[in-house]
Amino acid sequence: MRSMFTNPVLIKELKLRFRAFKSFSGIMFYLLALSIFVFGFIFVSMEFNLSGFINSQESVLLFSLLTFVQLALTLFITPGMTAGSISSEREKQTLNILLTTAQSSFQIIFGKMSSSIVFLLLLLIAGLPIYSLVFLFGGVSPTQLLVIFAFLILTMLAIGSIGVMFSTILRKTILSMIVTYGSMLFLTGVTAFFFLISMRMNVSSTTGVTSPSIFAYFWGTINPIALMMTLISPEMLEEFYEVTKIHFPIWAGYLIFYSIVTVVCLFIAIKRLRVNMKKAR
Amino acid sequence: MIEIKGLTKKYGSFYALQGLDLSIGEGTVFGFVGANGAGKSTTFSILSTLLQPTAGDAWIDGKSVTKHAEEIRKLIGYMPDFFGVYDQLKADEYLDFFGSSYGIPAAERKKLIPQLLELVNLTHKRYEYVDVLSRGMKQRLCLARTLIHDPKVLILDEPASGLDPRARIEMRDILKQLKSMGKTILISSHILPELAEMCDEIGVIDNGKLIAHGSVSTIQTQLQGEKVLTVKLQDDLEKAISFFEENPFITGIETGEHQLSFRYRGSDEEQMELLKKAVLANIPILSFAEEEKDLEDVFMAITKGVDEA
Ligand SMILES: Nc1ncnc2c1ncn2[C@@H]1O[C@H](COP(=O)(O)OP(=O)(O)OP(=O)(O)O)[C@@H](O)[C@H]1O
Ligand SMILES: [Mg+2]
Repeated sequence: MRSMFTNPVLIKELKLRFRAFKSFSGIMFYLLALSIFVFGFIFVSMEFNLSGFINSQESVLLFSLLTFVQLALTLFITPGMTAGSISSEREKQTLNILLTTAQSSFQIIFGKMSSSIVFLLLLLIAGLPIYSLVFLFGGVSPTQLLVIFAFLILTMLAIGSIGVMFSTILRKTILSMIVTYGSMLFLTGVTAFFFLISMRMNVSSTTGVTSPSIFAYFWGTINPIALMMTLISPEMLEEFYEVTKIHFPIWAGYLIFYSIVTVVCLFIAIKRLRVNMKKAR
Repeated sequence: MIEIKGLTKKYGSFYALQGLDLSIGEGTVFGFVGANGAGKSTTFSILSTLLQPTAGDAWIDGKSVTKHAEEIRKLIGYMPDFFGVYDQLKADEYLDFFGSSYGIPAAERKKLIPQLLELVNLTHKRYEYVDVLSRGMKQRLCLARTLIHDPKVLILDEPASGLDPRARIEMRDILKQLKSMGKTILISSHILPELAEMCDEIGVIDNGKLIAHGSVSTIQTQLQGEKVLTVKLQDDLEKAISFFEENPFITGIETGEHQLSFRYRGSDEEQMELLKKAVLANIPILSFAEEEKDLEDVFMAITKGVDEA
């Protein structure tokens, strides 16, 4: 545990990151955009709502919009933060020196990964006060927010690991970026498409859905957008069970899948960081 | 201290290193010379655990670089031929980062960093950002970095490249100081005279093979293979020519007024014998001397010869 806070790479990366002006401007820009979005929403709904206050239904709508903004942030910024972590050091010719130090491959990958995650978490947390406005209007429980945050973090970890892995095994940052963004788009877009197709194939025009469809369940359960929808509204979850006929909780499927992705990607990154020397026997 | 056996590195069908054997004693300053692409950096990368050899192995302080990479990393300080620095860090933070990378406690790092900066004459740049340092300063900072965990062995790939003459001399003085601290130092360069000044031993590598190894003076004769001897005479040039012509080790006799020179391939003992016989044969020799050859020429001659073979 102590090594987590004394990890040299983590400390160095955070120092570098917070020294760069673009980090602060990034956070400021993000908060500004989020605030404009929320206050614009409140303003618009007040205009259309003659009673002059926001009802809980609108509050839930605002909550889900905010959640999808946070999800989009996680999905689009995480690859950018991680896909260059190792390859950019290689391109700047600092990697060789780093690799000859006494740090283990695990420490280096862990430091790279955690520094990106810390920064992304900061972005998410910076948005929290704006989120809390939703609670003023009711209709959403704090536990719901906590669960959603937990899954945002899991998504971040998984995509971050994918980025770090590609950054380690591909030599060029640009290539790593493309492949990582590609993976992210696959997990959010292509899986949704597959989900819809396999769902279709399982529906008979006369009897409706009768048999469970493992494929539809699988593609649906690993889709971050589908997960967030079911976390926001329980009716969505019922619907999902209805079309797949598999009653295993979708969040559990998501948790298992993305935990495995995280562990496997980090494992590959650690193994591939240094040349594979013969192991001592 | 360093033992290299049959080290081979293949890229496709191309041999960057072909069965390199080398042994370097503790406390030696070893110079590794070779033309571009000879395999110097490849050897150093393997020793620094950055590259896996195709065959063979190397041992530093008795530990194999391929099997005990973690322990090797603690033993060596490696300076690559090309390297970058983290531009957003200050000089002392740069050293601090690498200090912590070797697990040196913060309190100790605090004491160590000013000493290291002092050693490489960068005390005045302690709080400057690394990217504003000049190339030579970056090079010295990198040298200080290789020293931070007090390694027994330093592996420096062309540490003097890109330095002006003054900085080269400074670098040489720093290396001398390190040698006096008992460190084993490996330096590569493609400039033989530069290495000759600061090294105890020199190895010449060409096309991935070690073609000569020894002290600076042995290398000189070993590389030469033949030397040029010049004999000055009072008179009797004809007699002298016919005498030297008979010797099987002598070729290419050239004559001048009262002097003749020729290429000689024999050993030192045979050379002494030759002089003795010449004197006994009553040849009026004024002087009998070996022509000084430039190290540079020697290097050119030998590497060219190997290429043709
Ligand atoms: N990754 C690689 N793939 C293919 N060939 C390589 C690779 N790395 C090095 N080589 C080849 O190996 C040979 C030795 O390279 P090396 O860098 O060791 O030379 P060097 O002696 O350090 O030369 P220089 O004086 O130019 O630094 C060169 O011919 C080079 O082209
Ligand atoms: Mg080189």
